[in-house]
Amino acid sequence: MADASLAPNPSGGFWHGLANPARFQRLSSRLLPFLVIATIGFFLSGLYFGLIASPIDYQQKDTVRIMYVHVPAAWLAMASYSTLAVAGFVVLVWRHPLADVAGAAAAPIGAAFTFLALATGAIWGQPTWGTWWVWDARLTSVLILFFLFLGYIAIRNAFDERERAAKAAAILALVGAVNLPIIKFSVEWWNTLHQPASVTRLGAPAMHPDMLRPLLLMAAAYLCLFAVLLLLRMRLELARRRIEAMQIARAGAAEA
Amino acid sequence: MSAFLHMGGYAVFVWSAYGLAALTLIGLTVATVVSLKRASAELADLEALAPARRRRRRPAAPAAEEE
Amino acid sequence: MAGFGATLARDLLIARREGGEALLAVIFFVIGTVLFPLGVGPEANLLAAVAAGLIWVMALLATLLALDRLFQADWRDGALELMALSPESLTLIVAAKCLAHWLVTGLPMVVAAPLMALLLNLPPSGWLTLIAALLLGGPALSLIGAVCAALIVGARRGGVLMTLLALPLYIPTLIFGAGAVQAAIGGFDASGHLALMAATTLASAALCPWAAAAALRQAME
Repeated sequence: MADASLAPNPSGGFWHGLANPARFQRLSSRLLPFLVIATIGFFLSGLYFGLIASPIDYQQKDTVRIMYVHVPAAWLAMASYSTLAVAGFVVLVWRHPLADVAGAAAAPIGAAFTFLALATGAIWGQPTWGTWWVWDARLTSVLILFFLFLGYIAIRNAFDERERAAKAAAILALVGAVNLPIIKFSVEWWNTLHQPASVTRLGAPAMHPDMLRPLLLMAAAYLCLFAVLLLLRMRLELARRRIEAMQIARAGAAEA
Repeated sequence: MSAFLHMGGYAVFVWSAYGLAALTLIGLTVATVVSLKRASAELADLEALAPARRRRRRPAAPAAEEE
Repeated sequence: MAGFGATLARDLLIARREGGEALLAVIFFVIGTVLFPLGVGPEANLLAAVAAGLIWVMALLATLLALDRLFQADWRDGALELMALSPESLTLIVAAKCLAHWLVTGLPMVVAAPLMALLLNLPPSGWLTLIAALLLGGPALSLIGAVCAALIVGARRGGVLMTLLALPLYIPTLIFGAGAVQAAIGGFDASGHLALMAATTLASAALCPWAAAAALRQAME
């Protein structure tokens, strides 16, 4: 990337300038403190409202509080995958060097959120339906999403050559993104076919505003945490690539 | 307070769900920060070894070398 | 269009020369299906209840096994590069390869399907729907699989990785296909499922060759 020199690029504007790792470091350094404070703030208020200052559900009693950690996790799982898809698109269309870094950074975060959504979903299912796993449409879709994350991480690691890994992962992310609505639709379809009439959707209590507040606060908390982790992992990925490049250069110089 | 911990009899479920969330998210954060610190330290070591040569070479890097 | 026809003819010829090797997928399909009664017991009602889904899962797995032959051999001997460099559209060439793949692996499975239905005690009311669903959905399996095969071409341990990538993407096809058969068995109208199945195949036919060609091109850069 001879373009991404230290001089600012007037035609490329903000995004091209950001391609310079040093610039990204500076920008992320300025953003991180605010994001961390926002994260902590949202978590504290979300937990307060979720665990203390919100009502219990008529049917599910206190177990409805699990919704405040489960649903945001599922939302963030989707948001993480969207990040992979957008990053993939940018890799293929604009070839922005940070896009691949963002994808590599987001994948493990997404996998973690997806795992959390599944595990908390299972814990929620036990007192509600009497079983640790329920093949309800949303949980099943999240399970499939987990496999999509695993596939993305696996294809990244399958190639030693960074360019190839980046492009293959980008295509996979986009293929997955196109398929995801189809998969969700087919799972909903499948679920309505096999669902006994008496069972309603897991975890859809009437959304009282007092329940909406902690839900949205926790969602904001998760989102800010995602942003923090994404920036940190991007810095980590950039550092790792620098280390690799320097080690190669040193080895080359040593041979000379 | 005990009613809070008791969670209407569902303590096991609610607290294990929240505990799992805390474990996962804090764990991921800690792992990320630790890895980042380690990588930064390694990078600092490497840069200390040959700083001047690196900085002069990078802006002048011709296209042939990058591609 | 000439490229499409030429590639189709070439792949079919290669498959014919391979002889038995090309039929390995359908043999796996049969043997794998036979394993289930041996595993869960021969009770007729149990088998009938799971037959539709079982046959479809085996069809997925058999297609995955056969996807290896789609690009790997051509990659190894350099024919794939020639195809990419030729003036013919790589997308059309890939589409032709997918069609050849389905003709060699998917179509024999349609022929074997009534036998599988018999072995698993699938009620006769479902047989025609099963054949229709496999005919409509089989090409989708080859097409979607082609994208995954193209992504990992030349990678180490690519085969297993390809399976991990393809299985989640196969789920809609599985749901519509098995759902169609189960609807027919239950006496309901299966045309909705079959229509969705057909839509999936058509969408795959439109998008997958292009995506696979893109994946192949970046593999050869």
